[in-house]
Parts: sequence; structure tokens; C-alpha cells
Amino acid sequence: MATIKIPPVLRASVGGEKELHAAGDNVGEVLRDLVANHPATEGQLFSGDGELNRYVNIYLNDEDVRVLDGLGTAVDDGDTLVILPAMAGGR
Amino acid sequence: MSRSSASASGAELLRRVKEQIEEIDPGEVHELLQEGVVIVDVRESEEFAAGRLPGAKHVPRAYLESRIEGAVPDRSTHVILYCATGMRSAYAAHTLARELGYEHVQSMAGGITLWKDRGYEVEVPHTLTPEQRERYSRHLLIPEIGVEGQQRLLDAKVLLLGAGGLGSPTALYLAAAGVGTLGIVDDDNVDLSNLQRQVIHTSARVGTPKVDSAEEAIRELNPDVRVVKYPLRLDPSNVMEVIDGWDVVVDGVDNFPTRYLLNDASVRLRIPVVSASILGFDGQLSVFKPYEGPCYRCLFREPPPAELAPSCGANGVLGVLPGTMGLLEATEVVKLIVGIGEPAIGRLLLYDALAATLTEVKVRRDPECPICSRDPHEITDEELGVFPDYEAFCAAAG
Repeated sequence: MATIKIPPVLRASVGGEKELHAAGDNVGEVLRDLVANHPATEGQLFSGDGELNRYVNIYLNDEDVRVLDGLGTAVDDGDTLVILPAMAGGR
Repeated sequence: MSRSSASASGAELLRRVKEQIEEIDPGEVHELLQEGVVIVDVRESEEFAAGRLPGAKHVPRAYLESRIEGAVPDRSTHVILYCATGMRSAYAAHTLARELGYEHVQSMAGGITLWKDRGYEVEVPHTLTPEQRERYSRHLLIPEIGVEGQQRLLDAKVLLLGAGGLGSPTALYLAAAGVGTLGIVDDDNVDLSNLQRQVIHTSARVGTPKVDSAEEAIRELNPDVRVVKYPLRLDPSNVMEVIDGWDVVVDGVDNFPTRYLLNDASVRLRIPVVSASILGFDGQLSVFKPYEGPCYRCLFREPPPAELAPSCGANGVLGVLPGTMGLLEATEVVKLIVGIGEPAIGRLLLYDALAATLTEVKVRRDPECPICSRDPHEITDEELGVFPDYEAFCAAAG
């Protein structure tokens, strides 16, 4: 199981959790497992064609999966996925 | 009978050396000042102290061989040497190119004398007054800052976007640190609900413009600091004019359109931006230094839709969180100005106040970035802050 860090704007969609565990051999499978358990996250993570939304970054440990193999990037047990949508609060 | 090289006159030797090095006219040097070349003054310390080219490093010719690597570690760097008239720098250029393997060395013809005759700017370092020595004594005691670092802070111009949650602590600490000129952009008035976190304002100043309130606090804290007020909102029509000429911009803006606008303009002007954002108990921080690291569009090519952009309306935030993030920003600003440490370029720090954890992820330059993959002069006015109908989106989200 990989650990997924949930950003503040997605926490309402996962029952307020900050960290979840999900199963899968690659980034896409892990995220699909997350979506299966928390359907409200689907529209926020994926566009209609099943790709990652461009305004959401996913990091495997500390590396952007877009510079790895995208959703096909292999995930090992104990890896951490960080979901990171843009944030703009300053006030 | 010709002289042998061993007994050449001084004039003859200089002529031969000049044949073997590359000279550059002061006019060309002036144009290259903003382009990242390294300028090295090879004169004596007292000459350097009396005035030098803006941003010049100092390596006296007598210490050239032993100290040049400290000032210019990379031998492929474009280095321009100068002295008073172009003689000592010619010999020094010869040494760097012929004996020390520097690949791109030039000597400025005519030296600083011709530079001044042409009317170009000379940087005269101010000496610290006794009061400044006392005020900044804790900085002077740190070798990494010292007198030189303190003078850089006093010479620095830092623009703060917003005198709100992030801008308040940043402004106070940068003023205390002696940043000589602070610009503040904010079109808002102080509201009672601001005071839970916007520590530069006071209960007595509720209702007054934030730029005036901030100026008053800064003046009381440190009279060395000049405050430049911009009681306006950044928009495509004013962004280039407002941010041009500042050394560092601190981004404390609360909305995506301005954040993208600032990014595009700062890349075009090659101004580093220290950026933070906050929400609830979470904060993010990174430093965007154009062309050295990624820009904001490399990190987030597109803004999220309004329902995922909580900045559209008022949101809760732990009052001390903008303090934490604002001071991380102030720390990065000081590092950039003084030139110490490892600024958070190409890294995004994620602070979780409740968990008391700091997570770091890498941010890469996007080779297909719509903005920073291109030359600054190719970025047009029309492209600044181009954004998918966002104002309407925020309005719809209410």
C-alpha cells in the first residue's frame, strides 16, 4: 500500500482525512483505488479523457510524476504520493 | 636589432599583452550589466572602496591567482575585468586566460576612468553610521552577512505585493533587517478582521489604507527604510511599470489571476519572486528565479477551476500561519540579496502546521513552458497573465 497525502482542498472529498492508503502497482492504479473509495475526488483529479488534470501535480516521494512515467510510474509499498493542486491564499 | 622578450619595455610588454587578450568597450559592458556577466575590479582596496561598477566583485591584481576562484569558480563564465585605465586589467586578463584557463575573459578598455567619462553609473558604497553599526550589530557579527551583506541589504529594493497576512510579517522583518527600500502594493483598507494575523496594522488604524498603515509601522521601526506606496491592484495595464527596477518581488497575493500575471511579467523582467501561499493550516513556499529555475507556470501550467480555488472568497486561516510563511519568505529574500545559502529555487516546501511537518518536492523547469521556455523579449504585453476567463469563474463561485 502507498501513502497518499491529501491537500486541504480535497479533504472534504475524503471525509476530512489528511493521509490515506491505497493499493496499486503504478501511480494511475493507486489514484484509481483512491477514487473507488472516494468517488468525489474523481472530477478533481482526472479530466474527462482519464488524464490527470493539468492543474494538479502528483509527486512520487519528491519527484513530479510527469517527469517520470506519468500515471504509469511504478509505485512500491511504502512510497508516498503527494497530491498538489495550486493554492493562492495570501491574506 | 629587436629587443628580446626578456628585456621588453613596459610599454612594449603592454602592447604585446593587449594583442593576446580581448578588450571590450565600456558601452558594451554597460549593455551586458543585466545579462549575468561577472565584472571583476582588479584595483587596490582603497580604489574599489571609492567607487566601482555596479555589482562588481573585487579581486586585487596582487591576489588574482589565489582569489579568483573564490569570486568566479566556473572557468566558462564570461568575466570582464577592469581597473583605472585598462592596463592592470589587461595583464590580469592575460593571466586568467593564458595561465588559469578562463575561457571567456575580457578587459574593459579605458577602465573606470573612461566608464565615468561616458556618464555610466558608479556604485559608491556607503559606510555604516555609528547608529547603523549598533542597530545592525547582530548582523555584523555573522560572517555570512557582515558589513558587506548589511550594505547590500541597505542598497536593496524589495517589492511586497500585499500588506496582508503574508506581507505584514515580511515587511516588518525586512524593515528591521535594514532593507533600504520597501515597495508596498495594496489597495485595501485595514479591517478589524485583519488584525488576527496582519501584525503590521493596529486597532487604531482600522479604516485607513493599508499602505499608509504599513508605512507608519515601518517608519517607527526603522527610519533607514524608504517606503514606496502603490495603493492599487496589479493588472495587465500596470504590472510592468510597477515591478520594473525592483531587485526581488515578494508574492503575497491572494488570487490566481494576479499570481499568473506577476509570474509572466517577472520572467520578462528577470526579477526573482519569492512566493508563498496559505490555506487553513497549510502553507507552500518556493523561489522562482527566472531562467535559473522553474517559473510558476512550470509548476502549475493552468489554474484550477473555481470550485477548487478557495482563494475566490474569504477562507479560514490559522492566524500565526501567515506569520510562519511570511517569515520563511523574508528569510529567502535576505538570502537572495546577501547571496548566501541555498534559496528554495526549484523546490516547493509544504508546511503542515497541525502535523508540524515540512515536506519538500522538486519543481522542474518545463521545457514546454508557455512563458519561460522563451526569450524575455518574445513575451508580448498581450500574453501577460493570460488566463482562462477566471474573473467570471470566481464571480460565479461567489
